[in-house]
Amino acid sequence: MAQLKPGSRIRSDVCDTEMMVIAAPDSDLEVICGGAPMIELNAEPSGATLADDAAEGTQLGKRYVNEAGDLELLCTKPGKGSLGAGGAPLQVKGAKPLPASD
Amino acid sequence: MNLMMLLEMASQGFGSRRGIESEDTALSYEEIFRAAGAAAEEVRRSGAKHLALLDVSSPAVPVALFAAAWAGVPFVPLNYRLTGDELHALLARIEPAYLVTEPERADTLRDRAAIVTTRQDFLAAARNNPTPEPSWSMDPDEISILLFTSGTTGTPKAAVLRHKHLVSYILGSVEFGAAAEDDAVLVSVPPYHIAGMASVLSSVYAGRRIVQLPNFDPAEWISLARDNAVSNAFVVPTMLSRIVESLGDVDSADMPALRALSYGGGKMPLAVIERAMALFPDTAFTNAYGLTETSSTVTLLGPDDHRTAVASDDPAMRQRLVSVGRALPSIEIEIRNDEGEPLPPGERGEIHVRGEQVSGEYLGRGSVLAADGWFPTRDGGWLDEEGYLFLEGRVDDVIVRGGENLSPGEIEDVLLEHPAVADAAVVGIPDEEWGEAVAAAIALKPGQQVTEAELQELVRQQLRSSRVPTRIVFKDELPYNETGKLLRRIVRAEFAQA
Repeated sequence: MAQLKPGSRIRSDVCDTEMMVIAAPDSDLEVICGGAPMIELNAEPSGATLADDAAEGTQLGKRYVNEAGDLELLCTKPGKGSLGAGGAPLQVKGAKPLPASD
Repeated sequence: MNLMMLLEMASQGFGSRRGIESEDTALSYEEIFRAAGAAAEEVRRSGAKHLALLDVSSPAVPVALFAAAWAGVPFVPLNYRLTGDELHALLARIEPAYLVTEPERADTLRDRAAIVTTRQDFLAAARNNPTPEPSWSMDPDEISILLFTSGTTGTPKAAVLRHKHLVSYILGSVEFGAAAEDDAVLVSVPPYHIAGMASVLSSVYAGRRIVQLPNFDPAEWISLARDNAVSNAFVVPTMLSRIVESLGDVDSADMPALRALSYGGGKMPLAVIERAMALFPDTAFTNAYGLTETSSTVTLLGPDDHRTAVASDDPAMRQRLVSVGRALPSIEIEIRNDEGEPLPPGERGEIHVRGEQVSGEYLGRGSVLAADGWFPTRDGGWLDEEGYLFLEGRVDDVIVRGGENLSPGEIEDVLLEHPAVADAAVVGIPDEEWGEAVAAAIALKPGQQVTEAELQELVRQQLRSSRVPTRIVFKDELPYNETGKLLRRIVRAEFAQA
């Protein structure tokens, strides 16, 4: 898959998960969902199936980050797969809520 | 990116939760989503290039806002106080438009827009017609909202807010679904104000039910807040001032459900915020500063800042109460001098901001953003050592007296310290010797008296003599527009006439 661009959206190849890219490193980084590389939103799924060891699911509205902190994805549609990149699972970013201003 | 993504997520995440309610209508997030789709279909079919709304707050506001995003046309909320030529001129700038308006206006505007419909007909059709398959543009550069500025200084400009600006603002400041199931926000700012638009978007993404007050009245605001167990509200300073006044001589506002009250859109008098904090002891106060061109809030003075400032004996800490707080994590702020060079803490200059939510663009005039993304706000101000921002009024209001730049806000702050003074506006007036001279319009508290000489002496003691107003007039009240902006041009014009 081409380099991730902030604002672009990607989807899982094996489940319903859709993500919007909030931040991404300049270098190429493959995001994995449910054991298979994620694909562009409009791309056709390859027919691969969900890997049993990567099926913890994604949660709507949660932000997912890598250890380095240079990749951040927002879940716009949840699914069954779990997320990873660069050989490690992505973590849910802890919310630091701001006070409501409007 | 498209605003519809925010509503679609809300509809998926908590679709059956009530999203908005008014006297006669209540809609869940799923119902708002379905209505937006049906309305978008109507707009597409009409061939209109804008979806305009000339009306007070009602459930038609969120439906129309998202319908425009779905249909791929800009949403244009118009000031419903405008009439005649002023209004016709704005409508001419957005034709062909699909116009949603109040019943009393629909007939008279029939030939001013391609389609004219009443709020009631618009909502009824949106709720009864079928919702099409979701399909909207994800082009982040499409225009989402056009907001005409209040035009306090001339012909209104149309600020351009694109989907990328508004979505960035929401993602940078609101956590999805963060509101509790029974949270409710009371929206009393009009839809043509950026805070009115931001409140719809923030509330939808947070899952916070919207309760609308179409025409602000302090007594109604209080009863609506009590009756609906409102948990959050946003007000402009003049509204808070009138709410505090309306509560009268009581110990407590008696609104236990109101957890958070945010304010912005103008300068908050110290006396008003101190009184409000005493009346609402359990409410968390937040001051938000932002502009239309920055998609609303760029700095926040949070509840802890408020409490710390009020509890402190240190004048520097106490002064924080009149600061607008620190930049959002997604926003950078710099104070710059006239040459565009960054200034250190404590020095006054023009406020520049940068961030994904910052548009700085006007229709037909292009962008005023610098190549590196910085937006000159034309607001004056300074930062303290810890990054708290203090506003000093519009740069264009600066008085240039004999080559020296004087900030009206600094002089007004001193005048307001006098116990007899309720409100003060300082402006520059033409002067043969100095180029400009300092003049002040003063509103006194009921039953209070002070002489011109006493006020001049007060300013002389605290500031340099160049800041002493050479002319002072006393007025019953100062001119404000309906969203709490002081109309300095009127103060200036009155001095010119006198």
